[in-house]
Amino acid sequence: MKKKLISLALASASLLGLAACGGSNAGSAANGVVNVYNWGEYIDQSVLDDFTAQTGIKVNYQTYDSNESLYGKLAGGATGYDVIIPSDYMIGQMIEEDMLEPLDFDNIPNFEDIDPTLKNPEYDPENLYSVPYMFGTLGIIYNTTMVDAGEDMETWNVLWDEKYAGDILMFDNPRDTIGIALKKLGYSYNTTDPAQVVAAVDALVAQRPLVQAYVMDDIFEKLEGGNAAIGVYYYGDFLTMKENNSDLAFALPREGTNRYVDAMCIPKGVENKSNAEAFINFMCSTDAGLRNCEETWYSSPLLSVREALDPEVVEDPFAYPDETFATEQCETFACLPADIRTLYNDQWVRLMNES
Amino acid sequence: MKNKAISYPYIGWMGIFVVAPILIITLYAFTADAGGFTLANFRDMAQYASAFGRSFLLAAVATVICLLMGYPLAYYLARETGWLRRMATMLIMLPMWMNFLLRTYSWKFLLERNGLLNAFFGLFGLGPFQMIDTQGAIVLGMVYNFLPYMVLPIFSVIEKIDPKVIEAAQDLGADSFTVFRRVTFPLSLPGVLSGITMVFIPSVSTFAISRLLGGSKTLLLGNLIDMQFLGSAYNPHLGSAISLVMMVIVMVCMAVMNHFGDGEQGVTL
Repeated sequence: MKKKLISLALASASLLGLAACGGSNAGSAANGVVNVYNWGEYIDQSVLDDFTAQTGIKVNYQTYDSNESLYGKLAGGATGYDVIIPSDYMIGQMIEEDMLEPLDFDNIPNFEDIDPTLKNPEYDPENLYSVPYMFGTLGIIYNTTMVDAGEDMETWNVLWDEKYAGDILMFDNPRDTIGIALKKLGYSYNTTDPAQVVAAVDALVAQRPLVQAYVMDDIFEKLEGGNAAIGVYYYGDFLTMKENNSDLAFALPREGTNRYVDAMCIPKGVENKSNAEAFINFMCSTDAGLRNCEETWYSSPLLSVREALDPEVVEDPFAYPDETFATEQCETFACLPADIRTLYNDQWVRLMNES
Repeated sequence: MKNKAISYPYIGWMGIFVVAPILIITLYAFTADAGGFTLANFRDMAQYASAFGRSFLLAAVATVICLLMGYPLAYYLARETGWLRRMATMLIMLPMWMNFLLRTYSWKFLLERNGLLNAFFGLFGLGPFQMIDTQGAIVLGMVYNFLPYMVLPIFSVIEKIDPKVIEAAQDLGADSFTVFRRVTFPLSLPGVLSGITMVFIPSVSTFAISRLLGGSKTLLLGNLIDMQFLGSAYNPHLGSAISLVMMVIVMVCMAVMNHFGDGEQGVTL
């Protein structure tokens, strides 16, 4: 129940944020403040109090619900965010568009503790702009009481199965949803072939009548309450949902899936850069990382946190996939060229405009 | 002249928060990302004609339902006196003291497959019905949220109708239906018109209701504009053009309505 109230409050907060049109300010940027803009349901809030107690820096904390809305705000000229936590492909795009400030890693000594395989990623090849916050694997979350016994869930095709019409949930953002259709058709997440993108959206148009809703964090309430049978979301969220509904199960599609990394960045032109770096460093401390991990159940990039976690958690192959699995079955979103991004947007509107 | 000065704060407010944004939107609508004048944004909009149609249709349905429900209520309340009227007015106003998004969000829990309404139908062995994430749920959300804006203006107009006018009609031999048809209803038209305006305009531009109760399955104009500014299809120029066209269409609708309103003296059913 607590969870529901939180998600309700967050949803209304994010919508209020939406209602307040562009150019809003996240708070006065005086000394001693850091303005943090993070995903909803993505932190142990007590960590923020500890940061303030330890450093004397006050935290203004706000949330968003998609990379696209974060981008829209910043591109629309909003200032006053000191730390943002976009995902891989959006970081790549922001670097390309010169929206991020290079980090001073002398102020972030805890960067040492980051898993070396997550350093120098494709989206930030020289690792100048970002420090990984969490990572995770996308998969199919389903209610075992609502799907046929013995149903093959390890395939994206189940999301196109007419048996489950009205019981399917998809993402409410183009990159993830079109990506799923690309994988179903056997293409790469990062294809730059316009014909493949259009074919993927054709498949989504055909799927649209079967979809109950396109959701982001609303998926918690939908799946936990048994209001839908099948959804797509991240393994960490599945663990959170399972605490509230033990009928839920997780499956990894064999066509391949997405491994995402969300990383902390500093937008161009911030006033509190050293405070922002202090915050990033604090979030990379073992204690903060451990508590965030135990709250959200996402996978931590911090080696010391993995040592401190329950061995059962660390050995969970979905949460901490081994190197071969991660490279052979998972693909990370890369930043797409600008013309393909435009195509994604146009095709997404085409899908959403179907009724 | 001194009286004029007290309106300056409001004029300043209007200038900054109403006139300036409209100018900025107009500027954006006629320019491209690279700068320079263009009409391409309006050309690109043609493909969204269905979203325009859908928005106006759902808003019109919600407005008609609000009118059919709101008019009799307002009529009854205006004729009523004493505690019943105070209580009813209070009950109409009460939900408006709570945040609109929270109220809309609570409908989610009522309409879900395992929500309260389906649990109730389940007692009689009915359902579960798919109520959430449908166009019906969106219309319901519009009616629920905007009904008071229909009731209150009609109520205040009917309340102010001079009883002598009605007595005169009765003295001249009109039965109660004729009194309503020839006297009360024509005199209440200004309230009806402002009620229609106050329900239709927020309905046609809503994005929160369709997002919360429609599950992104029904793209309305508000959602389309939201996508261009803060959503998955970033293009503020196209968003501005759509906003501008929507504003113009709404203004034309209102002008037509006001035209009928001006001729209210001669309007009869």
